[in-house]
Amino acid sequence: MSTFLYIIKRFIQAVPLLFIISIIAFTLLKCTPIDPLASMRANPSVSRSAIKAEEERLGLNKPAPVQYFYWAGNALQGNLGISSTGAPVIERLTAHAGNTLMLNILVILLTWTIALPSGIYAAVHRAQFIDKVFGILSAIGMSMPAFLLAFLLMVLALVTGLLPIGGLTSADFGELSFFDQVIDIAHHLIIPVTVLTCISLAGIQRQVRSNLLDVLRADYVRTARAKGLPENRVIYKHALRNAINPLITILGFEFAGLLSGAALTEMVLSYPGLGKLTLDAMLTKDMNMVMASIMMGAIMLVTGNLFADVLLKFTDPRISHD
Amino acid sequence: MAAQAPALASTKVSRRTVFKGLWKDNVARAALIVLACFYAAAALADLITPYGMEFNDAAYGNAPATLIHIQDEKGNLTAPYVFHMQQENDPVTYKQIFVILPDTKYPIKLFCKGDPYKLLGLIPMDLHLFGVDAPARIFLLGADMNGRDNFSRLFFGAQKSLTIGFLGLLIAFPIGIIYGGISGYLGGLADNFMMRFAEAIMSIPSLYLLIGLAAILPLGMSSSQRFALITVILSFISWASLARVIRGMVLSIREEEFVQAAKSLGMTDFQNIIKHVIPQTSSYLIIAATLQVPNFILAESGLSLIGLGIQQPDASWGNMLKAALDQPNELVNQPWLLAPGFLIFVTILCFNCVGDVLRDVLDPKLAGGR
Repeated sequence: MSTFLYIIKRFIQAVPLLFIISIIAFTLLKCTPIDPLASMRANPSVSRSAIKAEEERLGLNKPAPVQYFYWAGNALQGNLGISSTGAPVIERLTAHAGNTLMLNILVILLTWTIALPSGIYAAVHRAQFIDKVFGILSAIGMSMPAFLLAFLLMVLALVTGLLPIGGLTSADFGELSFFDQVIDIAHHLIIPVTVLTCISLAGIQRQVRSNLLDVLRADYVRTARAKGLPENRVIYKHALRNAINPLITILGFEFAGLLSGAALTEMVLSYPGLGKLTLDAMLTKDMNMVMASIMMGAIMLVTGNLFADVLLKFTDPRISHD
Repeated sequence: MAAQAPALASTKVSRRTVFKGLWKDNVARAALIVLACFYAAAALADLITPYGMEFNDAAYGNAPATLIHIQDEKGNLTAPYVFHMQQENDPVTYKQIFVILPDTKYPIKLFCKGDPYKLLGLIPMDLHLFGVDAPARIFLLGADMNGRDNFSRLFFGAQKSLTIGFLGLLIAFPIGIIYGGISGYLGGLADNFMMRFAEAIMSIPSLYLLIGLAAILPLGMSSSQRFALITVILSFISWASLARVIRGMVLSIREEEFVQAAKSLGMTDFQNIIKHVIPQTSSYLIIAATLQVPNFILAESGLSLIGLGIQQPDASWGNMLKAALDQPNELVNQPWLLAPGFLIFVTILCFNCVGDVLRDVLDPKLAGGR
């Protein structure tokens, strides 16, 4: 029950946070010298009455704080306005956010399935050859800018011709059967997933290793060994379980880092995700879209941290959150 | 005063041991040497490079890397020379190609005269380490689409990309330290409010925040103004996490007896924070600073890469990479377009290596089983 209450409490705490974020983002965008409706005005296919309605809805003729409440009120009702193409912001936003979420979840799953065993192996075989190789690889991975790796894989794709070099779907996507569509998306996901996995893998493998090494020095591990438990049991049953807990907090942070790293990778690989959407919207001065996607990024990040906190509560009963 | 003297002496000694510790480590020493070379190259960019940052030769747009010949027609070794190249269209594919005009050889000259510049911004000079006579050009890494020398621009790009990290620290750290210090020291409602604000900043994914901030920049600024404002923007996204850590440290330090003692002796809160609390966090700060520089470099290059950072004709490693972003298909023909990316990678690698070793030296508790 207390766990349930805790989840509710953390959820309620996230609300004022998002409120402050929205004020910051709104203030920021109000400082820009850009007319938020400029691109709509320039687009002849957006009717004059639609622009008028949008002006009315945003309260552009009123002072900025009032405009904020207009925006917030509309946003709470799910109305994020229309983008410069004339379509509602929310449609493209959800599609792109979904793509980013899919990419990030795949990356996190893949990262942890590789990082855990390799981190454990490196810790157990500390200072041996393989551990040193892992150490060098993770140092390289931690210093490698995601966009450089994306470029390198793109060159590889161009030279071999085996992989598509950008986007999420082929040109003939609409004509494919469902099964082929899945294959097509998977094919396009290989490069972005590889790039982001390599980048985040490096740091996490290091953390797994150093956490496990810390725990392996603990008294209860010595006790376990002293009473004659087989080494496998000591490592997997006694040490690993305790080494995992701090990693779950990292999982939350990792999600945050991924969102930003993914944004640049998305732009380089023209992957239709939230990052590319934000950049394109900013370049076309589509302010409704920029505001909405900044908020969406923040919501995903806050949710990610919340998720990690809740997970931690489940795995570590010692933690009492006050 | 008497009480302060030994403390000062001890920090001096430890500073020397810190550097010794860094120098003793092979990796850290190599990293320090590489970084020193990079910074020296950036400082002496005008002298080392054959062309200035804004020099362009439109006839050489998108030219490939200039080949340096060291053999004459008979195969005998000679002093290195290059040929003049001319832009033509392939008669079959209409693709732009460059043909060598083998009539005249242009020997590479050392310490030749070229574009005038001011060394280190002070000494007027026109000597360049190497170069060739016009109309031939020596473009070691090819030319960009405007016919500017990629090789030279790497050096000028380094001037911006390498300094932005430190300039950013100069802004972000004082803000982070003072904000975190005040928040932790005051505690209570003020602390609660200040930390919620910092958390909100941290909860916007940094690149999205950067894009939003970059949009505020008015158009038509001079390049140095733009550089300064981008530095401010980059600092704006990085002070919050530092403030949080400092606050946590201050929360525990302010309970220590010497802080309480100073308080009971009538020292004001602000003086107490500056004089007693913040110096206690110094070893963390040094480590954090070293590890924060790469983030600044990365953020600058990311921002310039997507066209919101340093603008042409100024060079930065990020905006040079933009050529690769704009024409990805050219990467196979012109792999040197990725050169700035590799320099960013090497720089970050070096900073990370130094930071790691520095952490082991300064704070063995944090070493993490290595």
